[in-house]
Amino acid sequence: MRIFDPHIHMTSRTTDDYEAMYASGVRALVEPAFWLGQPRTTVGSFTDYFDALVGWERFRASQFGIAHHCTIALNPKEANDPRCAEVLDVLPRYLAKDGVVAVGEVGFDSMTVEEEKAFVRQLELAVEFELPAMVHTPHRDKEQGTRRTLELVTESGLAPGMVVVDHLNEVTVDQVDEAGCWMGFSIYPDTKMDEHRMVAILQRRGLDRVLVNSAADWGRSDPLKTSKTGAAMLEAGFSADDVDRVLWRNPIEFFGQSGRLLVDPDLADDGSAGADASATFEGNSILRGSRD
Amino acid sequence: MTEIRPLAADDTIRQALDDSAQAQLDALTAEVAEDPSRLGRTFPAAARRTGRGPLAGADDVLLEDAVRVSLVQTAARSLDPEALLAELREVYRYGDNDEKRAVLHALSGAPDDVDGTDLLLDALRTNDTRLVAAAMGPHSDRLDDDSWRQGVLKCLFTGVPVASVTGLARRADRELAEMVQRYRREREAAGRDVPLDVQVVLDACAASPEHHPEQDQHQQEDS
Repeated sequence: MRIFDPHIHMTSRTTDDYEAMYASGVRALVEPAFWLGQPRTTVGSFTDYFDALVGWERFRASQFGIAHHCTIALNPKEANDPRCAEVLDVLPRYLAKDGVVAVGEVGFDSMTVEEEKAFVRQLELAVEFELPAMVHTPHRDKEQGTRRTLELVTESGLAPGMVVVDHLNEVTVDQVDEAGCWMGFSIYPDTKMDEHRMVAILQRRGLDRVLVNSAADWGRSDPLKTSKTGAAMLEAGFSADDVDRVLWRNPIEFFGQSGRLLVDPDLADDGSAGADASATFEGNSILRGSRD
Repeated sequence: MTEIRPLAADDTIRQALDDSAQAQLDALTAEVAEDPSRLGRTFPAAARRTGRGPLAGADDVLLEDAVRVSLVQTAARSLDPEALLAELREVYRYGDNDEKRAVLHALSGAPDDVDGTDLLLDALRTNDTRLVAAAMGPHSDRLDDDSWRQGVLKCLFTGVPVASVTGLARRADRELAEMVQRYRREREAAGRDVPLDVQVVLDACAASPEHHPEQDQHQQEDS
């Protein structure tokens, strides 16, 4: 099973996770820029974080044979802090980079005027940089947030096929489906979506435009939920090719629209080609436990 | 106005590119030739518009590095050393690690009046082995002795081959030998393998003109 996790916050994860993910079949991932749990108070805090996403974290992932990509944006939660809003001015520098495969996570948290302003501006940036957009949907009042999200996407002129609306559930999936956007599902131990409910949604509406992610971060979450969803699909009678489509070919198709992927899309099913683990496993500081 | 030595000959780079990638390289080069301040705009897209991976016909050179250094070379022709350095600092500051590495390679081919020591020190503070290796290239001649010795030790520590360290035979000295011996003792005490490069550095220290015989004697008494 080859896996592309289209949404996981590796900055918050350990090297044990990288090893377990590789063993489960993960060969590529996307790390969306988001909130770190502790609110940021300056633009510099963002730029250091973005630098890590295109620098250290990409290198760290490569040590474990995993191609690391990221999305860059001012997230909805911090869009409400005027001290952070100026980060919008530095985004273009990062949106031009290799491996930056979307603008994101953008969208709503509390549905404020400030959030909408940042969201609209960043949809414009996606159009300007010819990048897909990754849209976070709110944890509270998800249905209304999703509805307003789709209105803004339509107004932006960004093609629906260039947009993934994430963290969907049974209540919000159909409106996103009808809009023609990609549907992201975050498989979590307690909240959001679980693998068996995911399988039911796939059985009901098919595999088109579906992205399954672990969205693992600093909270209670599981970076192996992608492979567990693959196993649940097989148990429910889906074929290995169906699993490959959802867990590998779909994310390649969606993020491939950026022209910025750093992974071989035709990587063999067993992950034997394309990963540069053998070239970089030796002599790196992480695997030897050396830290300065 | 400033001459930068390329990482690979222009012909070698072009042979690695198909017609469309060559046209892209021409366009990027023309953009930078017309306005050297466009260097930072051309750098991020340079690899995806031309190519990446090992460059045939050049030892241990990546195509994307060679293309980016060639863009620096073009920009440098219309910049004095100070203006070039300002441009490189900006590109390095906002570059991803591939872009940063290319800036370090460009510095390695820079004349004496371009001093990017601050960028080397930044790279040596990271744990990205590709940056550490590039920082210890020819431009590392500008590092003071303390920083240079720490750089060599960091190479041993992170597994960067010391063959990529410029000036090892010339600059290796007694102090470096002592640092490396302490490192070796630490490895041995922990029951860990000692990297083969440890002996390479110690041999270089012993053979170096910086290594005085009377200090040798003293060192043996110490250990």
